[in-house]
Amino acid sequence: MPDTTPTNGTPRIGFYVCHCGTNIAGTVDVKGLADYVATLNGVVVSREYKYMCSDPGQELIQQDIREQKLNRIVVASCSPLLHEHTFRHATAQAGLNPFFFQMVNIRENVSWVHTDHAAATEKAKDLARAAIRRVFSHKALEPKKVPINPAVLVVGGGIAGIHAALTLGNAGKHVYLVEREPTIGGHMAMFDKTFPTLDCAACILTPKMSAVKSHPNITLWTYSEVANVDGYVGNYKVKVKRKPRYIKEDLCVGCMECVTACIYKDARFPDEFNVGLSKRKPVYIPFPQATPQVVLFDPETCLQLKKGKCKQTCIEACDRECIDFTQTEEFKDIEVGTIILATGFQPFDPTKTPYYGYGQYPNVYTALEVERLVNASGPTGGEVVLRDGSHPKSVGIIHCVGSRDEKTNRWCSRVCCMYSLKLAHLVKEHTGAEVYNFYIDMRTPGKGYEEFYDKLLKEGVHFIRGRVAEVTDWAMEPQEEGKLVVRVEDTLIGTVRRVPLDMVILSQGLEPRADAQDVRRLFNISCATEGFFLERHPKLAPVNTFTDGVFIAGACQGPRDIPDTVAQAGAAAAEALALIDAGHMELEPNTAFIREEDCSGCKSCVPLCPYKAISFLEDKKKAWINEALCKGCGTCVAACPSGSIVQNLFEDEQIFNEIDGLLSELAQV
Amino acid sequence: MTYRYFPGCSLKSSGRAYEESLLAVFRALDVPLQELEDWNCCGATAYMSVDEVRAFTLAARNLCLAEQSGAAGNGGTDIVAPCSACYLVLLKTRRYMTEHPDLAQKVQAGLQSVGLQYQGKARVRHPLDVLVNDIGLDAIKKRVTQKLGGLKVACYYGCQIVRPFPTFDPAYNPTSMDRIAAALGATPVHWPLKTRCCGGTLTGTIPDVGLRLNRILLKEAKRRGADVMITVCPLCQFNLECYQNEIRRQLHEDVGLPVMYLTQLIGQAFGLSDSALGLQRLFVPPARVPAAQEGGKVANA
Repeated sequence: MPDTTPTNGTPRIGFYVCHCGTNIAGTVDVKGLADYVATLNGVVVSREYKYMCSDPGQELIQQDIREQKLNRIVVASCSPLLHEHTFRHATAQAGLNPFFFQMVNIRENVSWVHTDHAAATEKAKDLARAAIRRVFSHKALEPKKVPINPAVLVVGGGIAGIHAALTLGNAGKHVYLVEREPTIGGHMAMFDKTFPTLDCAACILTPKMSAVKSHPNITLWTYSEVANVDGYVGNYKVKVKRKPRYIKEDLCVGCMECVTACIYKDARFPDEFNVGLSKRKPVYIPFPQATPQVVLFDPETCLQLKKGKCKQTCIEACDRECIDFTQTEEFKDIEVGTIILATGFQPFDPTKTPYYGYGQYPNVYTALEVERLVNASGPTGGEVVLRDGSHPKSVGIIHCVGSRDEKTNRWCSRVCCMYSLKLAHLVKEHTGAEVYNFYIDMRTPGKGYEEFYDKLLKEGVHFIRGRVAEVTDWAMEPQEEGKLVVRVEDTLIGTVRRVPLDMVILSQGLEPRADAQDVRRLFNISCATEGFFLERHPKLAPVNTFTDGVFIAGACQGPRDIPDTVAQAGAAAAEALALIDAGHMELEPNTAFIREEDCSGCKSCVPLCPYKAISFLEDKKKAWINEALCKGCGTCVAACPSGSIVQNLFEDEQIFNEIDGLLSELAQV
Repeated sequence: MTYRYFPGCSLKSSGRAYEESLLAVFRALDVPLQELEDWNCCGATAYMSVDEVRAFTLAARNLCLAEQSGAAGNGGTDIVAPCSACYLVLLKTRRYMTEHPDLAQKVQAGLQSVGLQYQGKARVRHPLDVLVNDIGLDAIKKRVTQKLGGLKVACYYGCQIVRPFPTFDPAYNPTSMDRIAAALGATPVHWPLKTRCCGGTLTGTIPDVGLRLNRILLKEAKRRGADVMITVCPLCQFNLECYQNEIRRQLHEDVGLPVMYLTQLIGQAFGLSDSALGLQRLFVPPARVPAAQEGGKVANA
């Protein structure tokens, strides 16, 4: 029922104090508070009740609205974050515009933080009085509804992006999947086995990659990046840059004749997919199951592209005439309603911990390099060998490289204990070497994870507890000569140990991508202090961001393993689907707007808005706030030199009333 | 620019060869090094652990004197401290004076009583820093008359000059001394013990621990084929050179290896006389590897 209460009608206020069991009533004299508020101007009803959020509590309010003709409601209870929505809904159900409701937080702000009962009750009275005065100037507001475009943009084609795209595509929604690299698959495609089940990563991933490629609802753009994002929830306008592959993607079938024909007879450039452990040619397909199965030319190494001079034997070899050296960047404009960011992580660069010798001693490897070494399709066909081709007889795995470390990254990267165990198992299986794990704490929470750790203990893998001091090559004893020596304090036996080894693996931590800040700005979301994308709520809105319609999934939000990543990707897809299927989204009406007659067009507000909601209308020389983008932070309201910006629910009069109410009793002292 | 030379106690006593060779080399390079007038003890690490404020005041006085002489028109205010302990203490004082206002206030009060005021103008420099970054490898190369071709050198930096403040060289793998050695025609050996503890004062107080630490360095340098170990710290030089017989006796290990100051090696390459470089003061005869001598002559011929 539409509300027709005039904003200037005589206020008839209902006030309700919640006991919250003993949470509030144990500290605040709730009866005294209700009695006090009953004496205030405009208050018609003042009650206290055990649980205002319960059905009978809400019914109490609704009954009073109907019978006492209340047109303002104030509830003194917990934080508005918890139950504002509940009471607004109850108010609306009884036919009153929900924005005539105001909440007073006397739990988090009073009873939970004070022990002096009398003083706490006085503070509760002050806050209640402020709210009573505030609602005098409340007005009826209507939430704005924006339609939701059903198309979705998924950024990042790792396992998170792939899973989200397939979920949405299967639900019949159109998905644009944009991936920066020439193939989808992400880090997971580089792994050999997955913990703790030891199933082959490629075997479970590549079917999903093919499914993406052939899905009628998915537009896959690899070797592409999002260049610009405009608009707001439900109505995003996105520009995607497609980098030139110098290949007509729709014609190429991945026969690789051009690769064979390349003027470079031998592969001589570091292969990105094998993290530099093997070589590729200037024209290549990243790996056998790359999706799409389309070659690309690397402009940095291809003679034709770099120097403009080559016999172009590749063109002769291609009978489908796919090669086109004149290709340039192409931009695609798309419209989507929601966006899922699944841009992943980057592994920690171990040259930042020089005491572990990476880059200095050839037989110090990163975990990712060893993933490629143990992989049957890797550079050595699955043989774990040292740089000179010999087989290691002793291998050490150093945990927490670039994790849990004041000098590098402070966070736990969550996956390293488990992947180190997996690599320990695989290396032992492949080589029969003695394998040592150097760990600070073993962290194996997850289904079957602790059992996997137990299995490794039984397999005879060695575990030494202590943060490694250094990896070095100076020998104290003859048996150390020619070996890498790990120096570590074994904190379980309380002594410094020197462990001579043939091979050392550094378990790199996970960190935000180097350009996470640029991506954050592009999509107008926030990063936490360490640089991972910030979720709206760490527990209750883990895949939402502070920008409506933009969701995050996977390791771009923080280090996580494959099961958690897939779960989050599914959750992000479900959040997007919920918006799409609702057809529209209701926006909080606490937005700011410009009073055009007062706006001097000074543009002070435009750059201040953290949500890019303010634009400048050149024709009128006035600022304009897009309600759909405004989050009601109030920055522009405070900054406007001519006072021409007003924010719903936070109008000057409302704030001043609140202050008056708060101070009125004090003035009498 | 004139540098304010802060010798500290070592370079006037056990480390005289360091002073002699340092001054000779800087003279040969035409870089004026003027001894700071009326300098006092840096306080080293011992005083610091007994009375911090007095220790910092003591060190700060030297910085004030450098500021004053710079201001009096005698060139720059950069203070050159060749001893690692002096260098670290002066550097630490400079940092603490800006980072800890409470301490700075107390130190200033102390200085005021002798009519001084700390302004923070005197930069603290290590000779390695000056040689590599101010003078430059090219100027050093030009002055070389006797290339040290073939001489294998283990460069030992000691613990204090890059830790905890790596101002001119990375803390984990400093390279400035290696670069100088290479500029002289010598071959620096790769070794990971450049900044590992030499034993410090433990050689005097807990000898069995000190000697073990000492042995690790000598043994590893020899194992890697070094003909000579070079260093820039008087205590390191003393420890590594003077206990070699003791190590032989107690730990039954032949660790015989010449241990010289970097400046002595530079002086040799510059063709300066043995006495000008204090080579006669060394306990272990200095590196005169025939191959090096010959290689040098051949290269120059």
